Amino acid sequence: MEHLIPIGLNHYLTISAFLFGFGLFAVMTRKNAIVILMGVELILNAANINFLAFSKYNGGMGGVMFSLFIIVIAAAEAAIALAIVINIFKIFKSVDVSSIDTMKE
Amino acid sequence: MFELPSGAEIQSIIASLRMSVGFFIPEIYLSVLFMLLIVIDLVAKGRKNNLLSITTLLGLGGTTFFIYQQHFMPAGELFFGMYVLDEFALFFKYFFVLSGMLAVIITMADRQFDREVKSMGEYYALIIAMVIGMIMMASSADMLMIFISMELVSFTAYILTGYFKRNPRSSEAALKYLVYGAVSSGLMVYGFSLIYGLTAQTNLINICSELSQHGYDPLLMILATLLILAGFGYKIGAVPFHFWAPDVYEGAPTPITAYLSVASKAAGFALLMRFFYIAIPHGGPAYEDIIGINWVSLLVLISVASMIYGNVVALWQKNVKRLLAYSSIAHAGYLLLGIIVMDAFGTQSTLFYLLSYFLMNFGAFYVVILIANKTGSENLEDYRGLGKKMPLAGAALTVFLISLVGLPPTLGFIGKLMIFSALLAKGSLYIWLALIGIMTSVISLYYYMLIPLNMYLRESPESEEKNMNPGLIANILMAALMFLTIYFGLFFQPLSDFAKYSSAMFGLRLY
Repeated sequence: MEHLIPIGLNHYLTISAFLFGFGLFAVMTRKNAIVILMGVELILNAANINFLAFSKYNGGMGGVMFSLFIIVIAAAEAAIALAIVINIFKIFKSVDVSSIDTMKE
Repeated sequence: MFELPSGAEIQSIIASLRMSVGFFIPEIYLSVLFMLLIVIDLVAKGRKNNLLSITTLLGLGGTTFFIYQQHFMPAGELFFGMYVLDEFALFFKYFFVLSGMLAVIITMADRQFDREVKSMGEYYALIIAMVIGMIMMASSADMLMIFISMELVSFTAYILTGYFKRNPRSSEAALKYLVYGAVSSGLMVYGFSLIYGLTAQTNLINICSELSQHGYDPLLMILATLLILAGFGYKIGAVPFHFWAPDVYEGAPTPITAYLSVASKAAGFALLMRFFYIAIPHGGPAYEDIIGINWVSLLVLISVASMIYGNVVALWQKNVKRLLAYSSIAHAGYLLLGIIVMDAFGTQSTLFYLLSYFLMNFGAFYVVILIANKTGSENLEDYRGLGKKMPLAGAALTVFLISLVGLPPTLGFIGKLMIFSALLAKGSLYIWLALIGIMTSVISLYYYMLIPLNMYLRESPESEEKNMNPGLIANILMAALMFLTIYFGLFFQPLSDFAKYSSAMFGLRLY
């Protein structure tokens, strides 16, 4: 197995950049509120991977701490977001964000 | 890889924490108040009275005492560089507590709550939580604290925006606020992770020293700045991160609209100033960028776009809340002008403008609520003839709108004057910015004056006389806000001195 390149910082960063791109793509193109929130989770996890990778290669614990807090806050956000989406579904019978648009002038 | 700390180290950590707690009293007090309100709601369930709102008001009033005590404490960092106590933070602590109080007062006046919800339940507790979050935003000295406190404010704001659960407009506003908020805070955190990669630090001062010692890749830095600006720009509601603002401001309960447009915006500005003044190094070789773009030019773009977009689109609005939403986008542009100047006078004028915006915007929304209580509508058409039916409300709204335009003798005039003179004091570089600001203010005159035009010069379609008196307390409050707007417009020295005193960050003065 000696011909394989060892995993380095750049591999982590590439994966994180891909995740970020997918997340942003989902947020921009999807109409379903739940899928948009999934895209947001992807973006947050991309940031998590960044923090952990940087933390691993510079020896500090700041990044690990940061990613722990991001995980917790992402969970809280998902709870509030789903509550709001359920309420929206009760009222509008749909979670399509393009159809929930009653206030345009 | 990481060693466990020894006993002596743990002792010193505990001692440092205990020392820091002494400087954290207002936040602890507010957290206790938050829990107390939830308990009171549980105990006094079902009883229709003002117990919750009065407790909130008194509690918030008590906070000012603890904040006042902090004036005599030395400025500096607490909790291992996570948190900071300085004059700048103190200014915003007063600001947020007072706006929380005003939000409670105008909630008590709003009759829409009686129609839409059965009990006020956790509403007041959430307002307190938002005050805590915003105070922490203004005092955070670390990217981690910035993120956590910003999310605390955002989460409570989502819930408060959708507080009228059965109302489609309120729920839709909550969904829009949530989607844009979640995305922009995700972008901001990704930007933070890039900055962490560049510097291996999360503390703002350490980031600055690390960046200025070792330099940085300008392209990566501008990318990180852009991502972080997405987060801050969303909080202040500036173009191009403004898409949520009109719908959220229109759909949310009106007190929450006023609260978001003043306090949450001010919290965003506090973060913006602290982050860009402290974390990003100014001057020196590292400051130069290959493509000639740095954060100041980004802010100039955002500011110009906000001023033009906000003022021009407001011209077509028929709903007063929506009109005020676009005007608040424009005001974010004016406030950014003070930050672009980047000196002590600029900071002072931004803080002063925030104070004036606080009075006039809360005042305007208060009158809108009182009028909506009587007419049940926020449409411009339904304001016809109100000047005769509600003389005091008409006069007060006119004063607040004149102040929002920036005409003398009101507080808004002094605010705009200070911002533009800060720009001009910087030399010929920013004259064109000041010109755009003045031109767009002239545009804003048209749509603001549509409201008094409807109130005074057009006749109401229905002629029958109804009792339109909003009540004694409401009248006194409205008159007090109107009086303050004019009084401080004439005698602005104390406010301006306070803003100057507050422009010190981390115990340092800018330049």
